[in-house]
Amino acid sequence: MAFSFWGGIHPHDNKQYTRDLHVQQFPAADTLVVSMSQHIGVPCEPLVKKNDPVKKGQKIGDNTGLCVPVHSPVSGTVKAVEARPHSSGVTVMSVVIQNDHQDTLCEDIRPRTQEEVDALSAQELISIIREAGIVGMGGASFPTHVKLSGGIGKIDTIIVNAGECEPYITADDRLCREMPRELISGIQIIMRILGLSEAHIGIEDNKPEAIRALKANVADSGVIVDILPAKYPQGAEKQLIQAITGRQVPSGGLPAEVGCAVINAATCKAIHDAVYEGMPLIQRIVTVSGDILMEPKNLLVPIGTSYNDLLEACGHSERPYKVLCGGPMMGVAQFDLSVSTVKACNAITILGKKNRFTVNDPHCIRCGKCIDVCPMHLMPVLMYKALYSNEIEEMNQTHLMDCCECGCCAYNCPAGVPLVLAFRSGKQKLRDAAMAAKK
Amino acid sequence: MSQMKYYYELTISSSPHAHTHHTTRIIMRDVLIALAPALLGSVYFFGPRALVVTLVSVLSCFLFEKLWCKLAKQDDKTYDLSACVTGVLLAFVCPPTIEYWQLIIGDFFAIIVVKMLFGGIGRNMFNPALAARAFLFSWPAAMSTWVKVGWENQAGILENADIVTSATPLASMHQGLMPDTSILDMFLGNVGGCIGETSALLLLIGLVYLLIRKVISIRIPAFYIGTVAVLTFLFPMGNDRLPWMAAQLFSGGLMLGAIFMATDYVTSPITRLGQVIYAIGCGLLTVAIRYFGSYNEGVSYAILIMNACVVLLDRVGRPTKYGARKEAAKC
Repeated sequence: MAFSFWGGIHPHDNKQYTRDLHVQQFPAADTLVVSMSQHIGVPCEPLVKKNDPVKKGQKIGDNTGLCVPVHSPVSGTVKAVEARPHSSGVTVMSVVIQNDHQDTLCEDIRPRTQEEVDALSAQELISIIREAGIVGMGGASFPTHVKLSGGIGKIDTIIVNAGECEPYITADDRLCREMPRELISGIQIIMRILGLSEAHIGIEDNKPEAIRALKANVADSGVIVDILPAKYPQGAEKQLIQAITGRQVPSGGLPAEVGCAVINAATCKAIHDAVYEGMPLIQRIVTVSGDILMEPKNLLVPIGTSYNDLLEACGHSERPYKVLCGGPMMGVAQFDLSVSTVKACNAITILGKKNRFTVNDPHCIRCGKCIDVCPMHLMPVLMYKALYSNEIEEMNQTHLMDCCECGCCAYNCPAGVPLVLAFRSGKQKLRDAAMAAKK
Repeated sequence: MSQMKYYYELTISSSPHAHTHHTTRIIMRDVLIALAPALLGSVYFFGPRALVVTLVSVLSCFLFEKLWCKLAKQDDKTYDLSACVTGVLLAFVCPPTIEYWQLIIGDFFAIIVVKMLFGGIGRNMFNPALAARAFLFSWPAAMSTWVKVGWENQAGILENADIVTSATPLASMHQGLMPDTSILDMFLGNVGGCIGETSALLLLIGLVYLLIRKVISIRIPAFYIGTVAVLTFLFPMGNDRLPWMAAQLFSGGLMLGAIFMATDYVTSPITRLGQVIYAIGCGLLTVAIRYFGSYNEGVSYAILIMNACVVLLDRVGRPTKYGARKEAAKC
């Protein structure tokens, strides 16, 4: 491994809370709220209406275009089809299901034998992946079937992202340790679809047990385990590509342009489940962790479980200060705990009051520490200055749009300047300016 | 729905939700710690008056900033300790015999005129301590009276008379002569000069601490001192290159300037290449002033002149952003 990415930080990883805890099945709650918008693209149209009976794994929403279906995680009846709060902060159309605790499986779900799987063509595999509702489970939630079908012939390197550089989160770590065979079988399906004989797993060196488990199971599958130094944001798509291949995704481009497909480890496991078990994506591993939890846990959570239920299962010793969907570096702070988990939510992090960090009227001291850590090689201090004086041209010249919002600069800023917050609003300003220029 | 009581009590903010512990206050505290060996050394060499002068300077800088914040109705930022650093540095570049009232005027100039009038921490163009030193040369005699080392030669804490003065090594080198003081004495600090600048050894200990704590990078001190070393080695006055170079490096304010003044975050460039050019510029100007100027010390003016170039130097050495090089794409 001659490559590494630029910059990066070493925050305390806080993975000790859940690193050695087995993944437990979280019992489905009485009521689940399944969002119709769990991917990038066109939201699903609900296929069921109030009082309809549903079965576990039954498709309850779908649409045409850039879209994947969603499925019912349990059997029961539809209580409501209405707009509900979503972890992104807005309200979206959701199907509320009353669980009958019977777990009656949908008739369509049927396991396939190895012979049946071997007989499937690439196109059939891609359509199975679509029908199973699989999206990128690392956070971006891009429909996986689109990534794969668009990549046939173009992609020469498959990179499986088990980096998991965010503090607190151990979902992928546990997945690699407990289900390495399923994971590698999922990777082999991707290799078949893309017609490649090799795939890389990128994993940080702070997960020795996971590395051991993977290495013990790769055998002659063509999967190579690449051990990368633990550094945030190692698991960011562009940085992972740089670390493993030395290539750089062009500004504003997709990984496919440099022949790479980055697929999250949990996604590979979901692909295995869809192809071999016939099971759509209705549950996933979620790390519920944080510094004030009585019992942090790695849970196999049915999609649609509310944050309240998860928080209650783990208990907390003091009043939560922040509840995040994701980890502390890029997670989205929640204000309403009745929101439910979605396919891309790999962790819920609950932080206590001692994580409070606010500075009134922060003054940049020009230390340049933001430049040292920026993995995109930008100059956050100048971007902030341009933003502060509202100079659109200067904002473009400092490449504000290339910021990946990883948070390294804001983490490292001694003055406590809210850089990422500023850049988010700056990007919106630039988009507005571009729109205005078009008219 | 027992948990609904948290509905309104959760805090929402933009990511990241984690933050480094190296805040501005911690950085300034580290700089103060790094300056401590040199301060102790100054007490050893120049007696308790050096300590009192430093404390007076720190206190007045702190109070001037507090007063300004109060009068200008700004957030009180004295908590970040940057005023204290300015206070120590200004005292360090003054002779131990300086009158207290002169020092306090210097503190006023540093904090109010150079720092706060430009917008406070992070917005000043010039290093406050060095600008104030330049200002204090309004009293040239007071700023260039050099007392001999040793407690018996010093004025008392409250008086300022009958002191035994000495010529500094820089003064004799300005004439093209090797100084009387041995190089070892210059390195240890057993030589007349400003309060904090005499001991290269103690300042280098401070540098090591700053490097370990990652407060500064080695770039600026290395290129600054390196440039001076190369130039004085190549163009010695007299025959002995090496002793001449060593005498130039360990005399005057070069170590203090290169380690603590030129590395001031606010008034140095932020890009790596910019920092290198800035440090080399400081070195060139220092040697040029020492060789050709009418005054024998060039460090403070060299740094002040390079401070003025920082805006331009920041345009140099912008890193190539990720994904900008197309040819790197397919390899």
